[in-house]
Amino acid sequence: MGMITVEHLSKRYGGRTVVDDVSFTCPPGTVTGFLGPNGAGKSTTMRMICGLTPPSSGTATVCGGDYRRLPNPGREVGLLLDAGAQHPGRTGREALLLSALAMGVPRRRVDECLDRVGLSPAAARRRVRGYSLGMRQRLGLAQALLGDPRVLILDEPANGLDPEGILWMRGLLRDFADQGGTVLLSSHLLREVEAVADRLVVIGGGRVVAQGSRDELLADSGALVRARDPQALRAALDRAGLPVRATTDGGLLVGAEPGAVGQAAADAGVALVELRPAESAGLEQMFLTLTAGGDVRKDGK
Amino acid sequence: MTVDSTVPPRATARTSAGRSSGTAPSDHGRPSLLRLTVVELRKLTDTRSGFWLLVVIALLSAGIVTVFVLSVPDGDQRFDNLFAAAQIPVGLLLPVLGILLVTSEFSQRTLSTTFALVPRRHRVVLAKLAAGVLAALAAVVVCLATTTVGTLLATGDGATPGAWSTSAAAILGSAVFLVVNMLMGIAFGLMLHSTPLAIVLSLVLPVAWSVLGELVTRLRSAAEWLDIGTTTAVLVEPPAAGDLTAGQWARLAVSVAVWVGVPLVAGLVRTARREVS
Repeated sequence: MGMITVEHLSKRYGGRTVVDDVSFTCPPGTVTGFLGPNGAGKSTTMRMICGLTPPSSGTATVCGGDYRRLPNPGREVGLLLDAGAQHPGRTGREALLLSALAMGVPRRRVDECLDRVGLSPAAARRRVRGYSLGMRQRLGLAQALLGDPRVLILDEPANGLDPEGILWMRGLLRDFADQGGTVLLSSHLLREVEAVADRLVVIGGGRVVAQGSRDELLADSGALVRARDPQALRAALDRAGLPVRATTDGGLLVGAEPGAVGQAAADAGVALVELRPAESAGLEQMFLTLTAGGDVRKDGK
Repeated sequence: MTVDSTVPPRATARTSAGRSSGTAPSDHGRPSLLRLTVVELRKLTDTRSGFWLLVVIALLSAGIVTVFVLSVPDGDQRFDNLFAAAQIPVGLLLPVLGILLVTSEFSQRTLSTTFALVPRRHRVVLAKLAAGVLAALAAVVVCLATTTVGTLLATGDGATPGAWSTSAAAILGSAVFLVVNMLMGIAFGLMLHSTPLAIVLSLVLPVAWSVLGELVTRLRSAAEWLDIGTTTAVLVEPPAAGDLTAGQWARLAVSVAVWVGVPLVAGLVRTARREVS
């Protein structure tokens, strides 16, 4: 049972399919990383979940129902879809006050949330026009937290945050999930989410190309191996019938257990410089292929 | 060890708000229309542009009363004449305020937040209309205030006969006039989603129609019913401001249906469907 359930969601604009039969669920108490290169359909999927974009087909439910039927959605679902979507002539605090007023949460909650995201009272009194992207992200996050929601849906929240800010945000999202909340956050950078996400949904060209728990996805991504003599290694792997998925800087990414790779190298008498589970290198490689416009498909579990 | 595999162990720990993390239906009520109207009224005033537009409207109303007091023959400097004058700039700028109340949400992309908090979009529109009506009524009060001050200054000597003559009809007429202007702005904003387009068309189209009605004889009777400039003028023009005959009320109703009702319905349809980015 998921707090967010997406089933066969598709979106077409004219003849162009932007989101193609996307399905996934986000269970309570977890952080789901929604990964994909820019233009993969992440934002469109998130907007369809929140009823801002009508889907061409398929359904999405949040907290057990259609988002648009939630009586007071701000109290259930915290959204950060576009940090730039704030009136530049309003102060940060005023933007939050408007939302608090609409949701019916007390004013002190505004100051609590501002404090929680690290926007000082002085910064909150300034107009959004003068905010950096990082400050806008913090303001957007404060807005998302305002209604004390059970679900957070965040589109590229790490954009514009400095490394320290990214670290801080990870802690915040981890705490939120550890208290039973559900988080869906998108990113185009694997590194950004792999540290915090329990589950990953990878999307490319509008389709889900991989999904599952982070550990599963990272575990079966093969081995990274390096030898003094790369050609000999390559030949050894080919002889053993192990698929070489890609080459990285001097090394090979192999779709097999490190043990099998080591055995193949030993059988051929090839001396290795490095051999380890590929972990994120495998996903990263898939990611690069996606970004390059390639068509990869890896069935999740 | 028995662990319910469908619930991650962490999920049991949520205690902060004493709420379960299940998918039970929410106990949070829908925001009332009154609350949403308060939000929309606040949006009218809480940006720099909105605030200054309100100030400019009040200043223009005061300014035109001042000009009137300085330039018009003493005998005509009566409350009813000044009141009519005070409303001219207000009637002109209120639609702009109404347009901005809608279109600034599109241009500043705040609409995704607004509709995310209130997914039943027609309720947002209703709240904007209610806020528009209240703002227009406040504008009536502003006009009454500037007129009162103007009349005091102009007729302080007590020499002008009937200086304070006014009627409930004139005030009612003013309220209807300003509310109609405001709602027309909101309706055009809602239909066109663009500030410059809505401002230009809401100003130009009625005038164009009026000119057309003058030029083309066969359109003249239709123009009489549909020229919102003419049908609303009787609401404010002294000496019998707001004192409309049944036929004049009927014409007003028809022209309002066309210039406010039609764009409002078109705008509701368009806004209810449109993808918000």
